[in-house]
Amino acid sequence: MSTTQYLFAGFGGQGILFSGKVLAYKGLTDGKNVSWLPSYGPEMRGGTASCSVIISDTAVGSPIVEKPDVLVAMNLPSLDLYEERVKSGGIIFVDSSLIDRKVKRTDVTAYYIPATKMASDNNISKLANVILLGKVLKETNGFTNEQGVIDALKKVISAKHADMLEINLNALKLGRDYKGE
Amino acid sequence: MSEKVLMKGNEAIAEAAIKAGCRHYFGYPITPQTEIAAYMAKRMPKIGGTFLQAESEIAAINMVYGVSAAGKRVMTSSSSPGISLKGEGISYMAGADLPALIVNVQRGGPGLGGIQPSQSDYFQATKGGAHGDFHMIVLAPASVQEMAELTVKGFELADKYRVTSMILADGTMGQMMEPVSLDFELAEEVEKPWAVTGTKMGRKHNIVNSLFLKPDQLEKTNIERFERYEIIKQNEVRYEEYLMEDAEICIAAFGIAARVARNAIDEARKQGIKVGLIRPITLWPFPEKAFADASNKVKQIISVELSMGQMIEDIRLSVNGKVPVTLCNRTGGMIPSPEQVLKAIINANEGGNE
Repeated sequence: MSTTQYLFAGFGGQGILFSGKVLAYKGLTDGKNVSWLPSYGPEMRGGTASCSVIISDTAVGSPIVEKPDVLVAMNLPSLDLYEERVKSGGIIFVDSSLIDRKVKRTDVTAYYIPATKMASDNNISKLANVILLGKVLKETNGFTNEQGVIDALKKVISAKHADMLEINLNALKLGRDYKGE
Repeated sequence: MSEKVLMKGNEAIAEAAIKAGCRHYFGYPITPQTEIAAYMAKRMPKIGGTFLQAESEIAAINMVYGVSAAGKRVMTSSSSPGISLKGEGISYMAGADLPALIVNVQRGGPGLGGIQPSQSDYFQATKGGAHGDFHMIVLAPASVQEMAELTVKGFELADKYRVTSMILADGTMGQMMEPVSLDFELAEEVEKPWAVTGTKMGRKHNIVNSLFLKPDQLEKTNIERFERYEIIKQNEVRYEEYLMEDAEICIAAFGIAARVARNAIDEARKQGIKVGLIRPITLWPFPEKAFADASNKVKQIISVELSMGQMIEDIRLSVNGKVPVTLCNRTGGMIPSPEQVLKAIINANEGGNE
């Protein structure tokens, strides 16, 4: 029995909520209990936005992630704010094209992915969040059920934007296959 | 069982209301419940229903009054300051015995307050909500699934007893997504022979009104209404117990506070502390007996609330001084952490009751 608490954080508009939603749906397709909770209010517009996702074998208690097992930081204020809260032994994913410092903690695993740069290099400039998510899924064994990942994407991308499925899937794979630090 | 989908609590309320046969929604936007109105705006025109963004909360509640008087299922939703504005209309509906569903996705107060989650409208919801002798049935969901199911239940109870039902949620419950199955029992339809639908020259006029200038007549209608409330108290109390069988300490919490409390209870149990939870699902009628029974076996009750302590008064009335009832709270949009609740449990276990 296990529970994994994820916290996605960045600027409003970076797709923090979208990433969280895909992850939550992935949990649902895996038959887990899940919850997804956005920060809401004025911080959505330019400030720090965050999204709590919990995936658990047992019923989810509080949906609020205060001490994440996994932190995904898409801007410096988010890393500054949440780094200390990550559980010992946890994982921090950093968009290293937007954050030029390293993780200070020594009791966590850090991955640095230049997701925003990779996105613009590949002409998918809005999908840095999805590239990062690909790496998150890879390092948390999410890709052991690859069909589940595809199904989750299908759930989140509305029928109206079905043509975006392919490009999102490619972005996920870019992140998954990234072999940097 | 149907496939589960991820939905926000606010969206689950809206979809469940439609499933319950509600075809009329009137509201005015306010964070953190605006998704209800947004959902209704999208769906109602497609199913022959009415979505109307009124010029104010006051206008919206009076439109609810009108549709209810015509015998149709109808709802409105808002958040704390908006509910205060609706107060007059809610009281008029009570006076006219009109059913409706009112949703309050609470935010911090008083005044314009903030937009973060709160439970500080407990008094307002459970003690009437506006002027005059009356009650609403108050339902407190603690999951997105319950947001949906209690919406259906709320319509059903409102029609059955000719009262307004209120869903008392909070910003977290409204904004969070969880898997939800919409494959649940639908609300029973209730005959409404009192509705003003035109006599077609075939019957006496129905009158829907809350004005009774003769005091003896007003007293009589109030007493009759409270006889109905007694039946509600007997039949409609709902609550959930968690690990109460051997509990020596009892947590009392509803909505998001109950979710936080569960984490703390699980952790305390790992430490060998016998603690359980009573989670009121109906805040009015309040599960008085559950707490009275608990007071015979636990040494302390801790009320966990997102307010300065409001439900705690009903718990104290229920246990009548038998055991200490203490408060573990945050307010103004802050939420107690599981650690804070755990600390209160450990303190109670060591005999502290401050």
